[in-house]
Amino acid sequence: MTTRTDALPTQEMTINMGPQHPSTHGVLRVILTTDGEVVTRAVPDVGYLHRGLEKIGERVTYAQFMPFTDRLDYLAAMNCNCAWAWAVEKLAKIEVPERAEYLRVIVCELNRISSHLIAFGSYTADMGAFTPFLYGIREREHVNDLFEMICGNRLTYNYARVGGVSGDAPPGFLEKTKEFLDYFEPKIDEYNNLISYNKIFVHRLANVAVIPAEEAVAYGLTGPNLRGSGVPFDLRKDEAYSVYPKFDFKVCVGTGERGTLGDCFDRYMVRINEMRESIKIVRQAVAQIPDGPVLAKVPRLFKPPVGEVYFRSECPRGETGIYLISDGSVNPFRLKIRTGSFVAMNIFEKVTKGLMIADIVAVIGSFDIILPEIDR
Amino acid sequence: MEAQAIFDMLKGKFGDAVVELQGEGFSPAFVVVAPAEMNAVARFLRDDAALSFDSLMCLSGVDYKEKFAVAYHLHSMKHRHAIGLKTMLPRENPSLPTVDDVWPAANFHEREAFDLFGIAFVGSKDLRRILLPEDWEGHPLRKDYKYPDFYHGIKV
Amino acid sequence: MEALAISLVNAVPLLAGVPLWAVTLLLMVVVAAVILVFALTFEGVGSLVLRKVAGDIQARIGPNRVGPNGMLQFLADGVKLVLKEDLIPANADRLLFKLAPYFAFVGSFAAFVVVPFGVGLIAADLNIGIYYVMAVTSLVVIGVLLAGWSSNNKWALLGGMRAAAQIVSYEIPVGMALIPAVLIAGSLSLQDIVRSQSGLLGIFGWNLFHNPFTFFSFFLYFTAAQAETNQTPFDLPEAESELVSGYNVEYSGIRFGLFFLSEFGDMFIVATLSTACFLGGWNVPFFNAGTLPWIWGNLFSLGVFLAKAFTMVLIMMWVRWTLPRLRVDQLMRMAWKYLVPLTFVNLLGVSLWLLVFKGKGIPAMIASLFG
Repeated sequence: MTTRTDALPTQEMTINMGPQHPSTHGVLRVILTTDGEVVTRAVPDVGYLHRGLEKIGERVTYAQFMPFTDRLDYLAAMNCNCAWAWAVEKLAKIEVPERAEYLRVIVCELNRISSHLIAFGSYTADMGAFTPFLYGIREREHVNDLFEMICGNRLTYNYARVGGVSGDAPPGFLEKTKEFLDYFEPKIDEYNNLISYNKIFVHRLANVAVIPAEEAVAYGLTGPNLRGSGVPFDLRKDEAYSVYPKFDFKVCVGTGERGTLGDCFDRYMVRINEMRESIKIVRQAVAQIPDGPVLAKVPRLFKPPVGEVYFRSECPRGETGIYLISDGSVNPFRLKIRTGSFVAMNIFEKVTKGLMIADIVAVIGSFDIILPEIDR
Repeated sequence: MEAQAIFDMLKGKFGDAVVELQGEGFSPAFVVVAPAEMNAVARFLRDDAALSFDSLMCLSGVDYKEKFAVAYHLHSMKHRHAIGLKTMLPRENPSLPTVDDVWPAANFHEREAFDLFGIAFVGSKDLRRILLPEDWEGHPLRKDYKYPDFYHGIKV
Repeated sequence: MEALAISLVNAVPLLAGVPLWAVTLLLMVVVAAVILVFALTFEGVGSLVLRKVAGDIQARIGPNRVGPNGMLQFLADGVKLVLKEDLIPANADRLLFKLAPYFAFVGSFAAFVVVPFGVGLIAADLNIGIYYVMAVTSLVVIGVLLAGWSSNNKWALLGGMRAAAQIVSYEIPVGMALIPAVLIAGSLSLQDIVRSQSGLLGIFGWNLFHNPFTFFSFFLYFTAAQAETNQTPFDLPEAESELVSGYNVEYSGIRFGLFFLSEFGDMFIVATLSTACFLGGWNVPFFNAGTLPWIWGNLFSLGVFLAKAFTMVLIMMWVRWTLPRLRVDQLMRMAWKYLVPLTFVNLLGVSLWLLVFKGKGIPAMIASLFG
């Protein structure tokens, strides 16, 4: 499209922010149509990482699908494992021992912390401050050490099982967890001082891609993206599954403190504050955890009753909803996984109209998307 | 609000378009609706004050061997209740009106259902394949899908 | 240079038959070679120091494999770059593509000519020193624009345009911020500016402490110069996370190496200019280096100068690893709405001060109180 501005004819440029790009958090392709530096249209093209997990789910048993959920969101693999376990348990009405639930909550919240650290680190790295990324990685290594203690893996944990968890916490795990929390809590203030309230950083994020609350709900945003727009909806409180009702924690919402309510800065600060709340939950869980078995007696090839269930759990990137249909056989009949990042891509085109190219990067980072979750 | 009450309200408003309530073994319960009335039912569910289902949680295609279905999971931020909607579609040319003007969240989910099942959503503002390449043939999540041997000359 | 050539011909009987212009030319080539070696060494070691400093700030080690404590990493990088495949994109403008790195490198290297390293150590004491530096460093813009355009790549083009806009916009505050030093010294020559800061006041003779306006203009210069050299927070043209290396993106091998090296060269020029104009240059505190024999005086002043310049380089690196990046419209706004007016007001302030106080700085006035 050629426009004439005074004497100079200008033309829109179509640029491909290709699948390989340092800032797209995975293999995301964005087709930008720009007028100079201002974006007139940004269309996301997903599907580069589609592995057909839902089709695979129809061929494997319920227990065999657990490692696949690790690869669904590898930065929050514990949350995805537990989401699958809870969904199957809801379908088959399996009782999970209480110690197992506590362990699940502990690892889920620790994984929330490490996932938000990566979100924080990679976001600031996209904005040009390379240092906080490495600080985030350093703290995440401590969390990985804890996970290595409990299940042997540092990335794809495969820890939860249908009916409980695969192994009990080894001796020393709870003490080390407490040590980590004591070490990590003051670090959040340190990072806020370093980068969160840095004038340049705030200017890059404030008033960029404002999403009002009604729009966020209508577009199905969940998790920190929704709470950043001021909607105090957290599945851990509102649909309190597992042992979450026993813990006392706040729901973090965006407050529009540095710009408009619902801008990138709010979404970013919600994640920072959520790390604090996760620390609180883990502390309470470690204090309250009862003794007992960690795995219920579930036959290896069990057949749940015929039925359909939809289970939602609060993963760091939003709501991971698992729609599970069982026809009474050992394999699921249909499983659909609805993830927070997939839905965040829906609103991407609308929200990026009129932004600058540098802001596209800010928006992608503020949604905290991860491609395996989008593409499954 | 209970699923039965929601079903009764819908039945009262839309009559025969509301087919049945699948309650036992379904969590949340599903209200099965005729495909043609989908948009109107969706709009009513969103706009009615007692229901106010303003959030579409999930929209999935399902292949029930004899027929297709599209399952909607709705949630209300105001009343904190949830319900499911389902429509059954024939295996040949499955199509139904879109709901992306009611809940914009539906767009990507409908594209996925179209991509993986071949269910056409009439009136959608953007119905293209989303996860698979544009020139892929077939709809993988169908139960009778045959895996292709080659794609662009590459052995798959 | 002529004087040096004449004294050389007189000292070495072998050269008696050679015409003076040949000896002068030979001398110029030798001096240029020496400076080139220094520049390349600094740029190589500078890249290593950058990575080590980055590692330190980021709680990691940095290069530590090649050589003791990773000291020879830059040599390894240099060899690697030289041995890499020389890729030129298919539809690129070949001549411009090959020409661009040289503009960037020459733009930064040519400024080394007027850097006052010591009492008598300056390649050419031009009487238009600062003016020459400003003019010659503008060549970098051409190099960057050529690189962005000839790569036939939209991302490179964006990077090149951003770089051109940025460098051209920040030339004005840089120039305006340097003028107070010129006004105080009464000359554009860098050696004169450094000499104007010598004397019994020692550290307080620095232009930094001369009057509040020069104090302010030091920071203005440093900020604007950080933008000139494409350092974070102004590294938009090569924003790794957005433009994937911007105008550099299609370059490989030693062509990329030239861009990379010229960036460090520019950093050094900025550091030396700020040292010479505001931090006293090669003046050894409370000491007149000219009184020592030639070799010791030069060595001493060279040492002092390099110490100050390297400190400024380290500060630039420190800022680079701490702050995030400004967006392009924020960058432009900062240059035109903030830095340009501030530097103009500053210039006015310095001029008025010099008029009212007859060229005396605050330390000089305090010293005269005590006799």
